[in-house]
Amino acid sequence: MAAVVGRRGLVSLPSWSNRLIFFRNLATTSIKRSEAPATAEFYTDEHKELQRSLKKLIDSEINPHVDQWEAEGQFPAHEVFGKLGKAGFLGVCKPEEYGGLGLDYSYSMAMSEALGTINCGAIPMAVAVQTDMSTPALARFGSNYLKEEFLAPSISGEKVSCLGVSEPGAGSDVASIQTTAKRDGDDLIINGQKMWITNAWQADWICLLANTSQGPAHLNKSLICVPMNSPGIHLTKRIDKMGMRSSDTAQIFFEDVRVPAKNIIGDEGMGFTYQMLQFQEERLAGAVLTIPPMDTCIQSTIAYTKERKAFGQPLLNNQCIHFRLAELETEIECLRSLIYRATDLYVAGEDVTKLASMAKLKAGRLAREVTDSCLQFWGGMGFTNEVLVSRFFRDMRLVSIGGGADEVMLMIICKYMDTLPRLPRKK
Amino acid sequence: MSLRVLVGCKRVIDYAVKIRVRPDKMGVVTDGVKHSMNPFDEIAIEEAVRLKEKKIAKEVIAVSCGPTQAQETIRTALAMGADRGIHVEIPAKEMEKLEPLHVSKILAKLAEKEGAELLIVGKQAIDDDSNATAQMTAALLEWPQATFASKIEKTDGTLLVVREVDGGLETIKVKLPAVVSADLRLNEPRYATLPNIMKAKKKKIVKMKPADLGVDTTAHFEVVEVCDPPSREAGIKVEDVDALVSKLKEAGRI
Repeated sequence: MAAVVGRRGLVSLPSWSNRLIFFRNLATTSIKRSEAPATAEFYTDEHKELQRSLKKLIDSEINPHVDQWEAEGQFPAHEVFGKLGKAGFLGVCKPEEYGGLGLDYSYSMAMSEALGTINCGAIPMAVAVQTDMSTPALARFGSNYLKEEFLAPSISGEKVSCLGVSEPGAGSDVASIQTTAKRDGDDLIINGQKMWITNAWQADWICLLANTSQGPAHLNKSLICVPMNSPGIHLTKRIDKMGMRSSDTAQIFFEDVRVPAKNIIGDEGMGFTYQMLQFQEERLAGAVLTIPPMDTCIQSTIAYTKERKAFGQPLLNNQCIHFRLAELETEIECLRSLIYRATDLYVAGEDVTKLASMAKLKAGRLAREVTDSCLQFWGGMGFTNEVLVSRFFRDMRLVSIGGGADEVMLMIICKYMDTLPRLPRKK
Repeated sequence: MSLRVLVGCKRVIDYAVKIRVRPDKMGVVTDGVKHSMNPFDEIAIEEAVRLKEKKIAKEVIAVSCGPTQAQETIRTALAMGADRGIHVEIPAKEMEKLEPLHVSKILAKLAEKEGAELLIVGKQAIDDDSNATAQMTAALLEWPQATFASKIEKTDGTLLVVREVDGGLETIKVKLPAVVSADLRLNEPRYATLPNIMKAKKKKIVKMKPADLGVDTTAHFEVVEVCDPPSREAGIKVEDVDALVSKLKEAGRI
């Protein structure tokens, strides 16, 4: 309760005694209750201004070109990231010394929610890779040299990054990746393959997870910043996907790629842990990114079924349609509340692994339900590539798979519920 | 000579929204509808901020007349670079009856009170298309006016303004203090960058009522009816110019 209420006040307070914080919260409780409109506002004026400005940028610089980029199979990452970076949107939570704004995670969530107004799933996903997947560990644990070389240009939008974790043989099972980075003097020699890498074809550097020593699978990996123009890096196929079509996805081969050992982020052997730490943020972001497309699907379906007539009346007059849309709207609202609550707790310093995993799980599944039902109501038109609903149907399907598959989310939740079967430990 | 610039910005229904007439036919639906800053006012704010960046202006004050939500518009102006804001509170119900003359009187009083040397507003608001506020404010202040500005340059104690007029472009010189109204091609407004959005948090917005400025907002007009324009009828194609002329004659148009 204390963490949720008066959230902004709590964040900006220095750490005084708990009692003082408690009384402050009581005071802000009453103010907030009387001021708060029926739809309790999660975002402050600054959050909303951020969203307003970002939506303006999206409406004039991004959305007019999305159809073309989807058809071409690639959006111009350097151009788009350059524009976002210049306006300050790529460094919302990043340290100020490297060009970021040092704001709390609620601002990143506000940004992600606004990003969701882009008319495809590919571009928000690509941006999220840059802001929430390849740079958080670097920002937290990287050396000054690494932050100047890789973080600062990623915040300014000059450099495009990608995250190299998944492999052909290891997606959900991160601990069993095979890519190695063996020590050779002051350098590391990298050998292996990565798969499903978003932004790879356009990236300037990759945040690579590799095995850097022998030992237990959770303690022998490191995150390494590797320039993509290093000799020995080969991109083979541009993966042809059913959705997220304007996002370039690659399989990358590393053949004796040499990189200085000082490119290891933080401590050697801590790579797995660092990556785990940012999963809460990655999953919350992944969940909130689905909300605007779902809203768009519902609203556009209402507009369409109001106009479209069958058997003498608008389709929307059929109870099966307006009731179903009401059900879906209710579920979206529930998901929104879960996401906002988890964000509040996270900003207040709590561990929200369980809630974030639930949010990601629900988002992936709800997005499939919403896009599927809406597509049905669009009828023949919904099946064409001329409408947004079919693009979101394809794009949103990935949410249940990437960034932590539904099954992994379920495993995490079961862990918290203490219902996972205990396997006999191998000696 | 560094100018203090006052800029008027109005909160209007967003240009992309499909406008719907209210069932009582006395106005349009505004509840729950997306609003934003009048696009021509955005251009006005952008110009003022650019003048400040060129060191021609020393302070930019953003003014908005409207209900509580008008503060959002002022905040956008602050995020774009205005230094402080003034919110003249007009309750939502009265907003419908607020006329350009009322706003002109308010702006004129504020210009005097704040010691402004330049007043910039958008040429017209996209909800009522009056195109009257700038002109009437200038008349009340007895200041020169440069309307439909597509370029502003400062030369000593005067402004060189290029105006977009029906026949083309007209360049005039106006003495300061002056009123300028911004036209579409004056500039392209910036996106408020995130650092500026956060800086805007610390900037002040002062609230006041029209009565505090001695302005009476009694309506001079009465809305009789608001309705949709008649739906467009289908056209017909004709074979040649002769057929066109005879059709026009038949319809009594020529």
